Formats: sequence, structure tokens, C-alpha cells
Amino acid sequence: MSQFFTQAILTATVASGIALATPFLLASLGETIGQRSGVINLGLDGIMLLSAFTSYYVALNTGNLGLAVLSGVGVGFLMGIATAFISVTLKAEQGISGIGVYLFGLGLSDLLFVKLVGTPLPIASLPAFRIPVLADIPILGPMLFQQTLLVYFAFLLVPVVTFILDRTTYGMKIKAAGENPAAADSLGVSVARIRWSAVLIGCSMAGLAGTSLLLYDGIFQQNLTQSEGFIAVALVYFGAWTAVGVMGGSLLYGLVAAVVLAWKALGIIPLSASDLAATAPAVLTVLALLWVGRRFRQPAVLGKPYERGE
Amino acid sequence: MRSGVDWRLLLFSWIALPAALVGALLVGAVMMAAFGADPINGYRALVQGAFGSSYALGATAVKAAPLLLVAVGICIAFRANVFNIGGEGQIAMGGLASAATALAFPNLPSVILIPLVLLAGAAGGAAWGAIPGAFKAYFNVNEILSTIMLNLVAVQLMNFLLAGPMVDKSAFSTGGLIPETRLLSPNSWLPILVPGTQLHLGVLVAVIVAFAVYFLLWRTSFGFRIRAVGLSIPAATYAGMPVKRTVTLAMTLSGAMCGLAGALLVFGSLSHRLVTDGSLTGFTGSAGFNGIVVALFGGLNPIYAIVSAFLFGGLVVGGNSLQVATGVPSDLVTTLIGLAVVFIVSLEYLRHRARSRALALAHVAPAGAGTPGTPPATLVDGGSA
Repeated sequence: MSQFFTQAILTATVASGIALATPFLLASLGETIGQRSGVINLGLDGIMLLSAFTSYYVALNTGNLGLAVLSGVGVGFLMGIATAFISVTLKAEQGISGIGVYLFGLGLSDLLFVKLVGTPLPIASLPAFRIPVLADIPILGPMLFQQTLLVYFAFLLVPVVTFILDRTTYGMKIKAAGENPAAADSLGVSVARIRWSAVLIGCSMAGLAGTSLLLYDGIFQQNLTQSEGFIAVALVYFGAWTAVGVMGGSLLYGLVAAVVLAWKALGIIPLSASDLAATAPAVLTVLALLWVGRRFRQPAVLGKPYERGE
Repeated sequence: MRSGVDWRLLLFSWIALPAALVGALLVGAVMMAAFGADPINGYRALVQGAFGSSYALGATAVKAAPLLLVAVGICIAFRANVFNIGGEGQIAMGGLASAATALAFPNLPSVILIPLVLLAGAAGGAAWGAIPGAFKAYFNVNEILSTIMLNLVAVQLMNFLLAGPMVDKSAFSTGGLIPETRLLSPNSWLPILVPGTQLHLGVLVAVIVAFAVYFLLWRTSFGFRIRAVGLSIPAATYAGMPVKRTVTLAMTLSGAMCGLAGALLVFGSLSHRLVTDGSLTGFTGSAGFNGIVVALFGGLNPIYAIVSAFLFGGLVVGGNSLQVATGVPSDLVTTLIGLAVVFIVSLEYLRHRARSRALALAHVAPAGAGTPGTPPATLVDGGSA
């Protein structure tokens, strides 16, 4: 255990924990916006998989990581159109349609991977961007300020999403659509349009989440996300529908994963027990759900399609 | 107003489900064509591989049995208006509990051991279903999320148990121990019913359970309570029904069905071991999710689910033949099942509306005989929505 508590290892563990938290954060921030508008998207994991594969394919063939990121977001946006059409326009049961989207993404991403790529080759990973001055602070610098641009972007989105939800008209409309769509409708707010936009933003961010996961791993494989998209949906509850809460949950997941990885590498816990340790965040989340269920209220019409004149 | 029923609308409400499946298959055809494969050839291979011989039919039935059990479990939960997305985890826990039982009592005779392991599987799944059920009923925890999180806990537990306490310590490979149990006692194997096929006792068990659950839901007071709670909690409460207990029990029973499916996956497998590849789908074959589409396609009716499970079991089995014939990976089937789910639930809203309109018109027509004109359908619709 003592070899874990050295400055170098602790710093590296926290740094990789932050990097591991990034896909969770991006996906769950987007899902927060969607859920605030009243739409729950269980297809997140499938969308992340499709985006991750697309980014991988683009990076493999062009070597251009910028293009890879854009294509990942683009696929997320396209899946957002499908999701919004199903959930908002066709008023489908979201708990089930999301599972359909998940299976679609799970199957298609692997189908395309096997058919178009075959033998997996690693791609260039996103270079770390040292923030001048800050990166040179001892301990904190290597932990926080030598990450990739995607990591900074994800964490910058936390205040941005908070601001949008709490301080802008658009945010008010989103919350109105999720709390009392009939009232919003009577004031001339188009509930359908607000929800469409929220879903499109959420799915684009899920796409970026998939891409960031891929760029962290540097290679695609079947079921790359390992249910991270589902965890992201749960983290929205964990964070009680606030951007800051969601960030806390994402960091918890990322840091626990990093610690388990480090302990495994150092041989502190046997390989077999690391599986048991890895259940910790999931168990914690279930317990947190208990607490959130008592203490906070989910958006009043979450998961319920809006129908005029009901 | 000659005939009260609008037949076009009613017809739509009937063909919506098959249309969803056909639609998904059409998309599949386009995808095959895009990969340069002949779709007709591909689907012919799929049908041949799934239903073309007695061996194929046996394999399809064996694939369908766990799907049917999960679907029956989904029917129970959905009828109580609880979404059980945790089938995957409940299957895994059922598989673990049943395998542990077989490991603990290898020498019991078949007549005792087989029922025992099946019950152990059901119990393992029931426990994993009871947790989100009770959380939902007593603490208002969203069951979709708790079941998803419990799936994640289950997969890690399975990996842990199959790496340590339950692992086969005799079989070393280059990478260390293989994550699987040792060969389970032959006394626990599900006997083959038709020689020369894979058709085992579990298929019969699944069909009997489906009929039993149909009886439970529509012929017992407990089933009536489940459906009443599912339709309206305030009404059920007003009628003095124990709503919370009913919700918990519905989820427990739903989990038990999935757990039983997990036991079938272990004792009806060709390897007769519990094997993991580190993911849930490696063991379940996504049955926990595919069972949802089976249940939906069967109209949330356990009897119809038998047919539906056979159909989707065939799709999964035939996917391998399709891969051999066209070179398109069998992942295509997962993709198509996903599409079918999306199409079914998307059409569900339109179907529901069409049906209620068709029947609402029929209802209104006689009453409207003496009054000038009938009220617009939307007016009637508004009340029922």
C-alpha cells in the first residue's frame, strides 16, 4: 500500500482519473439538458459507440484528429435527430425506445468495425496540452493542467451549462418544458421545439463523449463503452439534475476507476478482487439514488411525451 | 354512420407490429446490399439456418427459451407499469446462483438436482429484481436507473466469482486461469428431449412457465392487482390494494423469470459450465434486452410471447447462417432487433391512437342516433388519453 502513496503515483492517478471522468462528464452534461426538458435518453451508450467508431474510422483513414472529433459530434447530432423524432414527435415510450437505439448502436458499430476495419490498428492519441504557467505548478500542474483539450473543454462546459440552465431564457424554457409543459405551451413556448433542441444538444455531446473515450483508448473494439452511456444517464440522477452535481459523479467514477487501475498495476489488490472493487461506484450510485429519490425531485414530466389538451 | 368502427384505423392497429418487423428487415436488406451482399440470399440463409431442419428448429427453440422467460418477466413488470431494464443482471445472478448450487451439491440425483438448480436460478434473479422493486415502491427510486446500475454490479460480481471463488482451478492456460467454473455435475444437465437436436427440458419449462404466468396475470387476484396497479395507482390505492407490496412482488417475480433464464443458459449450454468473457452479453447473449422486444412484439401477453420468442430466437440463430452465406457479420441481427424495438414503440403511439379512435367511433355511434351529429373523435379521444 505504501508504494501507492508516493507523490508521483498519486499525481498520475488523479490525472488519469480526470481524463477517465471526461467521457462520463460530456455525456451526462448533455443528458442533463435533455432530462431537464423532460426527455430521458437511454440510447446514449449506442450513440457513444457509433460516434466512437466513426471517429476511429476517420482518424484511421485521414490521420486528422480534428476531423475525427467533428465526425463524432456529427454522428451524435444525426442520432439526435432520430432520437428527437422518436421521443418527441412520435411520442414513443422513452424507456424502451432508448434500449432500441442502444442495441442499434451496439450492433451497427461492431458490424461496421468488423466489415470496414477488420484488423484493429491504434490511432494517434490526442496530445496533452500544457497550459502555460499553470502546468508548472508543482503537484497541481501535472494533475490538472497537462490534459488534452477535450478534457478542458468538458470541464469548461460545467459553468456554461449551469449558466444556460439558470440564467438564460432558453434555460428557463427547457426547465418549463420539463416541469409544466402545458403552462409553457400556453405562454407560447413550443414544447416540441425546445425538446428537439435539448435532445440534439444532448446527443451531440454524447457523440463527443464517445469520441473522447476513443481518443483516450487510442483504439476501437467491440462494445468499447462497456455501458458508460448508461452510467452517464444514472449520473444525471446522481447529480440531482445539476451540472456541478453531475461533475462530482463523473469525477467519482473516473477517480475510482483510476485508483483500481493503479492498485492493479502495483499489485496492491489481486487481479480477481479488482472486479469487486470496481463495483464500488455502481453500488454507491444505487445508494445515492436512494438519497436523491428522497431529497430531490426529478423533472415533473420526465419521460412523458407532451400532448396538447390533455 | 353505417358502421361505427373505422376499419382502416382498426386494421392499422393490427398490422403495426408485423410492419415494424418487416420495416427492420427491409433496412437490413438495404444494409446487406450496401455491403455488396445479396439480401435475398442472406435472408434465405437466415430462414434456412433458423427453421430449415429439425436440428435448426431445436437450436432456435433452445435460443428462444431464455428469451421467452425474460419476456414473460417483462410482461409481469410492464403490466405493473414498472420498467425492468435489469434483465441482463438478473440473468447473470440466476446463472451464478444456479451454478453455485450445482457446484455445492454435485452428487444429488437428477430428479432433485435439476429442479433445485432451476429454483436457485429463479431465486438469484428474484433477489436481483426485488432490490429495484422495493427501492421503487418504498423509496421512489427510478427503477430504470437502479436496474441498470445493478446490471453493472452483477457483471463485476460475476467476473469476481469466476476469477476466484468459483473458478475451475484445474485448467491453466497461458494467460492464467480461464474465467469459468469446472464442468458442472452431469446430474444437473438439462436432459435432451429429442435425440439428435439440442432441444432440452428447459424449453418445455419455459413454455409451461409462460402459460402459468398467463394464468397468474388474468385468472388470479394477485394478477388482477398487478394489472390494476399498472393501470392506475390512485385507483388501486383507493380500492385498498397494497400498491407498494404489489410493485415489489411484480419486480421480484420478473427477476425470478430472468434468473430462471440464466439457469437455462448454464445447464442447457453445450459446455455445461458458467463462462464469462468479462462482459454481460458474453453470458446472456443480450437476452435481457432482446427479451424486451420479444415481450413487446407479443403484446405483453405471455402466450403470444411464445410465438414471438421463437421468431426472435430464429433471428438470432439464423444470423450466424446469414454471416456464413453473405459475409455480413451476425451483429446485423442485433442492429435489426434494435431497429425493431424503435419501430414498435414509435408505431405504438400511432397504433394506440388509431385503435382508440376506431373503437371510440363505434362506441359513440349508437348514442349519437338521436342527437344531431356525433362529437368529433378528438373530443372522445381526449378523455381516454
